Amino acid sequence: MLKRFYRDLKRYWPYALRSAKATLQAEVNGSYLNWLWWILNPLSFMLIYTFIYGVVFNASEPYFPLFIFIGITLWDFFNRTISNCVLIVKSNKQIVTRAYLPKCMLVISNMLVNGFKMLISMGICAVMLLFYRVPPQWTMPLAVLPFAGAILFTFGAALIVMHLGVYIQDMANIVQIVLRLMMYLTGIFYDVGKRVPAPYNTLILWVNPMSAYVSQVRNALLYGNISNTRIIFVWFALSAVVAYLGLKVVYKNENNYIKVI
Amino acid sequence: MEEKLAIRVKDLHIYYKVMAGFSIKKSLFRLKKGELKSVHAVDGISFEVKRGEILGILGLNGSGKSTTLRSIAGILQPDSGSVELFGNSITLLSLGVGFNREVSGRDNIVLSGMLLGFSEKEIMEKMDAIIEFSELGNAIDMPVRTYSSGMESKLSFAITAMLETDIVLIDEVLSVGDTRFRKKSYDKMKEIVLDEDRTAVIVSHQESTLRELCTQILWMEKGRIRMIGPTEEVLEKYIAEMDAPAAK
Repeated sequence: MLKRFYRDLKRYWPYALRSAKATLQAEVNGSYLNWLWWILNPLSFMLIYTFIYGVVFNASEPYFPLFIFIGITLWDFFNRTISNCVLIVKSNKQIVTRAYLPKCMLVISNMLVNGFKMLISMGICAVMLLFYRVPPQWTMPLAVLPFAGAILFTFGAALIVMHLGVYIQDMANIVQIVLRLMMYLTGIFYDVGKRVPAPYNTLILWVNPMSAYVSQVRNALLYGNISNTRIIFVWFALSAVVAYLGLKVVYKNENNYIKVI
Repeated sequence: MEEKLAIRVKDLHIYYKVMAGFSIKKSLFRLKKGELKSVHAVDGISFEVKRGEILGILGLNGSGKSTTLRSIAGILQPDSGSVELFGNSITLLSLGVGFNREVSGRDNIVLSGMLLGFSEKEIMEKMDAIIEFSELGNAIDMPVRTYSSGMESKLSFAITAMLETDIVLIDEVLSVGDTRFRKKSYDKMKEIVLDEDRTAVIVSHQESTLRELCTQILWMEKGRIRMIGPTEEVLEKYIAEMDAPAAK
C-alpha cells in the first residue's frame, strides 16, 4: 500500500501543487490587500489573544506574544486542514465524479494550501525571534521533530475525518466540537504544563498530540528546554500509525465514495 | 491489421448499498426497522470493444448505463468482475469535466488536463486551441463561478475535445451551449470518435446519433444486457419495443 501511495504521490503531486496554488490565488484575488492578508491574518489574531489573555486575564509567559504565535501557527494548520477535510470529497464532487483522483491527494492539496500559510507564519515567527532578542538556543533545530510530527498527525487525522465525513453527515458537527475542545486543551494561550493542576497536565499531553507538539516547539525555540522529548517520540510513532491507518482506510473505500455523495 | 481489444468488461457487478449519506439519527432509525437498501445497478455484464470501434449504450433511465461508464473510467470500483483497458488512456466526458469553481478557467484547464494524465507542458501546448474552441475569450481568466452554465459546458467540452485520449467515454453531452456551438461540438465529437485509432463508448438516447456514429450497440435493461450487436439490428428491436404500447 505504501508503494501505491508513493506512486500516486509521484503521479499526482503536480496536480496537488497546482491546485493548491490556484486555490491560494483565488482566495486573495479581488480583495484589496491581496496577499497581505496572509500576514495580517495571523498577526491580528496574535494581537487579539495577547490582549485578551495577557491584559484581561493577566496571564503571562516569557515572550508571551511569541508564545501565543507559535501556538496559533501550529494550531491553525491542524484546525484548518481538519475542518476543510470533513467535507472535502463532497465539495470536490464535480471533480471526483468525473475523473479518478486518489482521495488522499485532496487532503494533501489542502495541506499544501494551509502549509503555505503556516510557512508565512513561521517566517513571521523568525522575525519575532529576532525582534524580541530571544537568545539563540542550541535546542532550536530540534523544533523540527515536533513540527514534522504535527504534520504527520494532521495528515492521518484528516484522512480519517474525510472518510467518515463521506458516510456520516453529522461528522461536520462532531468535528467542530472536538476541534473546539482540542483547541482549549492545546494551550495556545497558556502553558498546559504549568497552568493545569497535576495530574491533568501530563494527562493532556498524553491525550492530545497537538498540545505535546506545541509545547515542545515552544520549549525548543524559546526556552532551550527539551525535557519532554520522550513524549514527542511516542507521539511521533503514534502519528505515523494514524497516518498509515488513514491511508489504508481511504484506499480501501475511496472508489465507493461517489456512490454516496 | 489484427484486431486489438481496447476494453474488456468481464462479469461486472455494481451495487449501491446505501443510496444517500446518512446521519446517525437516520441510521439508528433504519437499524430499528432493519432495512438497508441495496440496489443492483449493474448485474453481471460482459462485453468487449475492439480498438477503433464505437460502442453505443442504450437503455431506459436507471438501467445502469452511466454506472457502467463510470466503472470503465475507473472512478467507481466494481463490486465484482473486472474492467481491463490494456494500458489505454481514458476520459469520461459527461456534462463537463469537473471544475474548481473558485479558480480561473485557465487554471482549470491545467488542472483538468493533469487529472486526465497530461503533463503541464502538453497542456500548455494545447492551451490556445482549447481557449479558442471554447469561445470564452477574456473570460478565461475569470473564476469559473462567474461563468454561465453555457460557458462552463463549452469550456469543459473544449478541454476533453482537445486533449485527446485513446478511449473516450461520452455520456449524453451532445447538447452543449447554443445551437451554433452544439453543431460545432457535434462535428468535433464526430471527428474525435471517427478517428481510426480511437475507441469510443457513447451513452445516448438519441437514436439518430447512435445510428450515425456507432458500429455496435449495447442495450441495457435493469443492469443486464438485453441485447448486443450491430447497430441497425439492435436499434430496430429497441425502437419497435419502445413504440409498442406497454404490453406487459
